[in-house]
Amino acid sequence: MKFTLSWLKSHLETSASIHEVAEAMTMAGLEVEDVSDPSQKLSPFSVAKIVETARHPNADRLQVCQVDTKDGRKEIVCGAPNARPGLTTMYAPIGAYVPGLGVTLVEKPVRGVVSNGMLCSAAELEVASESDGIMELPDDLAVGTPAAEVFAAEPVIDFEVTPNRPDWLGVAGIARDLAATGVGRLIEQPIAPVPGAFPSPVEIRISAPEACPVFAGRLIRGVKNGPSPQWLQDRLKAIGLRPINALVDVTNLMSYDRARPLHVYDAAKLSGGFVEARLGREGEEFLALDGKTYKVGPEMCVIADASGAIGLGGVMGGESTGVSDETTDVFVESAWFDPVRTAQTGRDTGIHSDAQYRFARGVDPEFVVPGLEMATRLILELCGGEPSEVAVTGQAPARPAAFDFDPDYVHRLTGLSLAREGVLEILTKLGFEISGAGAVVRVQAPSWRRDVEGPADLVEEVARIAGYGQLPSTPLPEAPIKPQGVLTPLQARARMSRRAMAANGYAEAVTWSFLKRETAQLFGGGADALVLANPIAADLDCMRPSVLPNLIEAAGRNAARGFPDAALFEVGPIYLGDGPNDQRTVVAAIVAPRPPRRWDGRDQDALFELKGDLFALLEELGAPVASLQIAQGAASAWWHPGRSARVQLGPKQVMAEFGELHPAVLKQLDVAGPVYGFELVLDAVPAPKRKATKTKPALSLSPLMPLSRDFAFLVPADKAAGDLVKAVAGVDKTLITEARVFDLYQGQGVPEGFKSLAVEVTIQPRDKTLTDAEIEALSAKIVQAAEKAGAKLRA
Amino acid sequence: MTDLSVLESDLLGAVAAASDLAALEEVRVSALGKHGSISALLKGMGAMSPDERKEKGPLINGLRDRVQTAIAERKAALEEAALSAKLAAERVDLTLPAPPRRKGSVHPTMQVMDELVEIFAQMGFEVAEGPDIEDDWHNFTALNFPPKHPAREMHDTFFFNPDEKGERKLLRTHTSPVQVRTMVSQKPPIRIVAPGRVFRCDSDQTHTPMFHQIEGLVIDRDINMGHLKWTLETFLGRYFETDTVATRFRPHHFPFTEPSAEMDVRCDRSGGEVKVGQGDSWLEILGCGMVHPNVLRQVGIDPNEFQGFAFGLGVDRLAMLKYGMPDLRDMFASDTRWLQHYGFSAYAVPNAATGLD
Repeated sequence: MKFTLSWLKSHLETSASIHEVAEAMTMAGLEVEDVSDPSQKLSPFSVAKIVETARHPNADRLQVCQVDTKDGRKEIVCGAPNARPGLTTMYAPIGAYVPGLGVTLVEKPVRGVVSNGMLCSAAELEVASESDGIMELPDDLAVGTPAAEVFAAEPVIDFEVTPNRPDWLGVAGIARDLAATGVGRLIEQPIAPVPGAFPSPVEIRISAPEACPVFAGRLIRGVKNGPSPQWLQDRLKAIGLRPINALVDVTNLMSYDRARPLHVYDAAKLSGGFVEARLGREGEEFLALDGKTYKVGPEMCVIADASGAIGLGGVMGGESTGVSDETTDVFVESAWFDPVRTAQTGRDTGIHSDAQYRFARGVDPEFVVPGLEMATRLILELCGGEPSEVAVTGQAPARPAAFDFDPDYVHRLTGLSLAREGVLEILTKLGFEISGAGAVVRVQAPSWRRDVEGPADLVEEVARIAGYGQLPSTPLPEAPIKPQGVLTPLQARARMSRRAMAANGYAEAVTWSFLKRETAQLFGGGADALVLANPIAADLDCMRPSVLPNLIEAAGRNAARGFPDAALFEVGPIYLGDGPNDQRTVVAAIVAPRPPRRWDGRDQDALFELKGDLFALLEELGAPVASLQIAQGAASAWWHPGRSARVQLGPKQVMAEFGELHPAVLKQLDVAGPVYGFELVLDAVPAPKRKATKTKPALSLSPLMPLSRDFAFLVPADKAAGDLVKAVAGVDKTLITEARVFDLYQGQGVPEGFKSLAVEVTIQPRDKTLTDAEIEALSAKIVQAAEKAGAKLRA
Repeated sequence: MTDLSVLESDLLGAVAAASDLAALEEVRVSALGKHGSISALLKGMGAMSPDERKEKGPLINGLRDRVQTAIAERKAALEEAALSAKLAAERVDLTLPAPPRRKGSVHPTMQVMDELVEIFAQMGFEVAEGPDIEDDWHNFTALNFPPKHPAREMHDTFFFNPDEKGERKLLRTHTSPVQVRTMVSQKPPIRIVAPGRVFRCDSDQTHTPMFHQIEGLVIDRDINMGHLKWTLETFLGRYFETDTVATRFRPHHFPFTEPSAEMDVRCDRSGGEVKVGQGDSWLEILGCGMVHPNVLRQVGIDPNEFQGFAFGLGVDRLAMLKYGMPDLRDMFASDTRWLQHYGFSAYAVPNAATGLD
């Protein structure tokens, strides 16, 4: 919403500068977005008159002019063909910054003749977008008149109107609030009714009172339409509106001055002698004033005459009944359209006119007739004519109900200490009616404040007018800080995961929660319920079932930029469904290993490093690592079938999947492989048992030396090493503290279809040194267990 | 006794001439071994008369001791030489690079999340969470956005397709639904912050379709706007780690608070970057207000008994202000160079003792 300072001053008696006004607005809750002051850039320029001209001695196209200026007579070189004696034009002295040229004038000879200033075109002053020659101004302008005055250039304030305050969509409403803050005095402008000379010949019908509860109108006959006077054109132009003709300009003025949209019909073009507010009919169309044809829906409020729809109520009028310079009889409409319906019509049609904007927010229902009277007066003034009586059909919506208000509530809710009288005075200035003298008063909100529905709203009114700067700063009461911390176990785990992954060399990324549906489908997602109806882009239309694709694609983008080595992770949500319990928090990581080559020729095994990182993370999180199963071949379809596994406590307690990504999936994502990754569902990691204290179990250290024995087993090539190790370790859980594969061999000496696995078993004697016989017995049991697991001790 | 001194000089000469440990060992065996020359002399002492033994004993023992000492010294010298040679051969070029190691990092938004939680935890706030996919009631209706109200349009909401009942889920446009979920499930007093992802159908240099907010909510019997102001002033001072943070409250409108305010922070915008704590411009930093009585009623809290405040702020933007990232969109682009440059060390866990980072 834009307005000029002089426009404001027609409602507010104030000596405040534009910046003081802007500051007062900001602090009263009218969020100023921009203050532009074109008079600033026009300030160097003033009116001058050319006295005589002579051909420039050294240039055919230049003239040397003697010019009367505010600085006396000046010799100025001018190249414009229209420079002639007697011309009243615009003068820029040396030192002036010419905005249209972007230069500051300096005194320098033009082809040998010094020019003591410049005569300007409209474009050079940026008062017109293009111009031909220097300005030709009316001769009655006195030399020295400032340009700002000539062009009525004025400071303009642009501010954001919050949806609760439709009354700020009129300058008068802004003035009321500013007067309450003390920046000026509100100029009351009572509206006197204009008596009608005859009954309105246009009948007003309402058949959809839910859409249009009240409709007032009158005919003004014998008007003479045409361009509106300069003051009105200037006022509209200053805020970026295009003057059309006097009748339309009056409706625009009313919209911006009083937040009262009106519509004018050329009465001669109305058919059937009536206008009707009704709901749209299936298949109905109409040609709007913007030249476009709109389909009318059955929920839209239509204004119709005998010919059918001639307008969308409160949104836009129709081409067929619009006023023109030829209009002699005008029918003026002042109605009240339901905000919700008007908003919906705006969304459905895409029309966001000034009227639609106002009706959707709710205009003052009690200003229907006064608005019409005021418009009548303006039309009579500008176009002449004779008005009919005002015809009103329907009933304006009632005011919001009055309610009880305890002025002390201001203090309770805000901490502000204001006298009761001060509280009530602010409310009165804002138009609230107060009755009763007790501790609790009764407050009736004005008709234009349909947003006010209870005492808390009044507290805001008082606080913002009194000034938020006066709010005290009061420390919060001490709250007991929870001794066990404020994070839930899941939150704490997410936090720990982040630190652990970063410490292990992964860079944390944060990626969109949505991705392309086809990609979601590659990773087991893409259900209908998780597809957005209005995605920001076609490739971000579905909630992610996994974080992996985003990380993989990120690695691909980095590679395309020339940085192919990537280790990324994200701790974030995945979406299994649209219910409140369908969201999971995962730690996902990928490695696209393209590390620098090593001088020692050794290579890191990226897959097993990643496995190590996953298990280090699980250990950090307190997962029961010793009981975890690695179910190879059981991982989802987006993994390499031979190089991936599920990490689980059991088939129904899957915690993570890891491995190498399936090359076909990478191909579909257009990312070069290999890429390794894991995705760990934090919610699936069992919570540690709650204990009464944080004491750790006692540490029992054996004074006896551990010893180790190596075994080499022959096992079928497809047998999992993990199963053998598990069998070995399970032989004696007291004595055997670790069993670990230290060699894997296939080749000469090992039969086809078999592999040799060498396992180092660490034995920790507990209460006495083991005898050779005891060690032999344990070894025999180990071999036995291994055999049961399908392994044979190598000879 | 000439033979003893000859033997001694022979032996000592042989010790000195031994060029390695093996040669030295040979000399030792020839002198002190089972059949060695000195061993033979020592053995011969048993057959001597006491007088003779008294005379020759010390001579032989002296010889043995001197030869033993010479051998030990020679052995030490040879061992040292051997070690030096071995070490010289073991030299490596330490200017060669160590095996490559990736440098991990924590994303700045998440670092700031941890900072915020740390600050609010110290003020007695707990951390609450809610789902990203919400229903209309939690995101709008319960927060006093009437159906079809124009305020809803300002939220550029992402919707899902309607289900068979015609109800359509949405992506939460703010973290405020967590307020609602908390108040529905918990009795006052309440003091929570709710960090999380939020979504708006909007994209340009300063808007991304997804970003992060943190919401604060305090409900008790006597909480007023003065407490709100103090809480936010204190928080901003701690967050920006400066004593010079100046703030101001400005009236604003949010459907779910009444009175509502926006808080601006004083900053310097000259030179294309924003410096908080200096200058004379104001930068809007958050929205807040007293929880609207309608919201309290919606969640079953009596507004005549309890009142309180709520605030919400954009975490990514707050991170940009403190750490100088110029473009919001980069936060979500996963450029490894950016992550490395603007990311934080795993060990920089925000805490009160060392400052926040």
